[in-house]
Amino acid sequence: MHTSYASLLSWAQVEYARKHRPGVTRILLGLGTCGLAAGAGEVLDTVRSELANEAAVEIVGVGCIGSCFREPLMDILKPGGPRISYSEVDREKAAQLVQDCVRADNLRPDLAMAVIGDHGVAGVPSWLELPFFKFQERRVLRRCGFIDPTAVEEYILQEGYAAAAKALTQMGPEDVIDMVKASGLRGRGGAGFPTGQKWLFARKSPGDIKYVVCNFDEGDPGAFMNRSTVEGDPHAVLEGMIIAAYAIGASKGYVYGRAEYPLALQRLRGAIRQAEELGLLGDNILGSGFGFTIEIKEGAGAFVCGEETALMASIEGQRGMPRPRPPFPAQSGLWGKPTNINNVGTLTNVPLIILEGPEWYAQVGSEKSKGTAIFCLTGKIKHGGLIEVPMGVRLRTVVEDIGGGIINDGRFKAAQTGGPSGGCLAEQHLDWPIDYESLVAAGSIMGSGGMVVMDQATCMVDFARFFLSFTQRESCGKCIPCRIGTKRMLEILERISGGQGELRDIDLLQELGDTVKLGSLCGLGQTAPNPVLATIRYFRQEYEVHIVDRRCPAGVCKALITYRVDPEKCTGCTVCARQCPVQAIHGEKTQIHVIDSAVCTRCDTCRQACRFDAIVVE
Amino acid sequence: MDDKLHAILADYGRGDPSVLIPILQRIQTELGYVSQEAIFAVGDRIAVPPAEVFGVLTFYAQFRLTPVGKHNCRVCRGTACHVRGAPSILGSAHTELGLGGETDTTSDGLFTLEEIACFGACSLAPVMVIDGQTYGRMTPARARSLIRKVKEAESAH
Repeated sequence: MHTSYASLLSWAQVEYARKHRPGVTRILLGLGTCGLAAGAGEVLDTVRSELANEAAVEIVGVGCIGSCFREPLMDILKPGGPRISYSEVDREKAAQLVQDCVRADNLRPDLAMAVIGDHGVAGVPSWLELPFFKFQERRVLRRCGFIDPTAVEEYILQEGYAAAAKALTQMGPEDVIDMVKASGLRGRGGAGFPTGQKWLFARKSPGDIKYVVCNFDEGDPGAFMNRSTVEGDPHAVLEGMIIAAYAIGASKGYVYGRAEYPLALQRLRGAIRQAEELGLLGDNILGSGFGFTIEIKEGAGAFVCGEETALMASIEGQRGMPRPRPPFPAQSGLWGKPTNINNVGTLTNVPLIILEGPEWYAQVGSEKSKGTAIFCLTGKIKHGGLIEVPMGVRLRTVVEDIGGGIINDGRFKAAQTGGPSGGCLAEQHLDWPIDYESLVAAGSIMGSGGMVVMDQATCMVDFARFFLSFTQRESCGKCIPCRIGTKRMLEILERISGGQGELRDIDLLQELGDTVKLGSLCGLGQTAPNPVLATIRYFRQEYEVHIVDRRCPAGVCKALITYRVDPEKCTGCTVCARQCPVQAIHGEKTQIHVIDSAVCTRCDTCRQACRFDAIVVE
Repeated sequence: MDDKLHAILADYGRGDPSVLIPILQRIQTELGYVSQEAIFAVGDRIAVPPAEVFGVLTFYAQFRLTPVGKHNCRVCRGTACHVRGAPSILGSAHTELGLGGETDTTSDGLFTLEEIACFGACSLAPVMVIDGQTYGRMTPARARSLIRKVKEAESAH
């Protein structure tokens, strides 16, 4: 229990020194969900068994540094030496690195991705020279991949809880709100409402009992920035919540977390326990007289629970269905008490503002969108991962410089932001700045941070159908425009991609889309038509080709395509025939193969298996 | 009543309906699904009508009303996975397991195949999870061979 920040800081120093004996080599492994999926678990096993009896080596699991496309990552930090990051590490490479770099003194520049930190190593670029990192402005994510997320002392030694200490002991709640207002911080959950304003409403709302809720129900299928933040830097979320609670006068907080993120929830539980032991949660936090506790509530898989009122219904143990606003949660929220709900992304910005000041914070960004934006760059992009860029950055910088362009040197077609609630940006938007205003002007929204890049092999009709099938399935069914409107729109899209569309279907989709947007009760329905409307706006011709020519130019919609073997390229190697799950491919060895279209299920196995590019999709 | 169910319910008292979802989550984790018996027992325990328990249960995608197979195969159908070929991964898992329509569990009770909204490992799309182990950068052929491996290990027993 620490009753002052000074005592907390000196504890952290002692604790760090106790754990980190001098002369010890540290091996840092990216053990976030994506690292593990790429095989970091095997790397960990290898390193552990290789170094089983070596006391002078310490293996640390860290969060994600963001360069997911080069996972698994293994960094080696020798005493007094540079931190060298090695990418795409497998068992063999790990064993090799232990042998050469840890035991001997060969840093293996040939295998290195980058040097992280101030040291220079001949033949290895600094990580800040790599295009993926060079164009980023890592503020909120600055600790992810750099600290051991399970070691609270490392967080504290990197300015952790300094902002909470400053707010609670040196500032009044109104000062905190003023500072957040002055910074221009807007909600990172998607809608972009000014955070300071939201806090002020909850502060002014009468009542003894108030709640702070952290929305960690990252439901956008294709976004994982909150997961990465929580996995890599869980205490930052708690610190943001403590400051928010102090500002509005809440004594109890909830994190509403996604059950599909077991590792993140485990990290968060551990962090809450540590914070309680250190006196950062509980009564009289750091001797300030202010008390606050946090409880985790696990979501159970409902996208609509990202909506404030539905989320609160779920915490109360009911079906997660939204209700009309007003009353707003700030007036009547959880159990009828004033409640303030912020996204993980919003809350993790707060400590920075308190510590560095609103002027510093607002130096980065565009006129009405301040600070940085965190995006999950995925899809048909070479360098996918988690990136943090200044608000107002051009889309081209993100796609071409940071993302390295399109896979297989293909051509950019579109980028979807805002997930199922957003729309797509087309080629003509590549030089637009990315911020709240310009994305709305383009027919999309900022959203929570998903950015899915598409190439010419992505069918926009199929893409719109994908999102609508998602929102239709996730519609809670309470209001009619959303429940029935999304269903009818989906049926029309299925008709079009099934080769049974009519030209008037496009107008009908637009008309229905406008109705659903206007008439729905909550954000889910009000934004559900966006992917459809935006794809019609920029790719109308593609819809028309599906309808008039009964053709899918991207080769995706199964009812409109056939697979055939290009006789010029087929070598008769039999690989496709052997892999075909339905025995639709015939042909003897060294003979040209033939696909029986009546049997073929268009599963794409043969095309992916063929080494000679001989499978043609038409 | 099932002993495990009994033990779970013993941890919760009356009067706080907000424990409903956590109880159901525990039942699902420990027993694999929420049975009809469990629905009535939970309602009885925390004084919430069984109809309401059922309402909550069927609202959230996480809950199951039928038993799960011994092995769990989950295919991500998030956006990034979709554009990088999740439908063909799902298709190949369906074909390999001989599943289709409404059934998600094989008749021998060995496999349950589920579609998940998003695992959040989008950079490694398409993603498939077998028995808690995540596999990234899937192809239809790899999906089939991973399932076959589990099958072979089973028949070797």
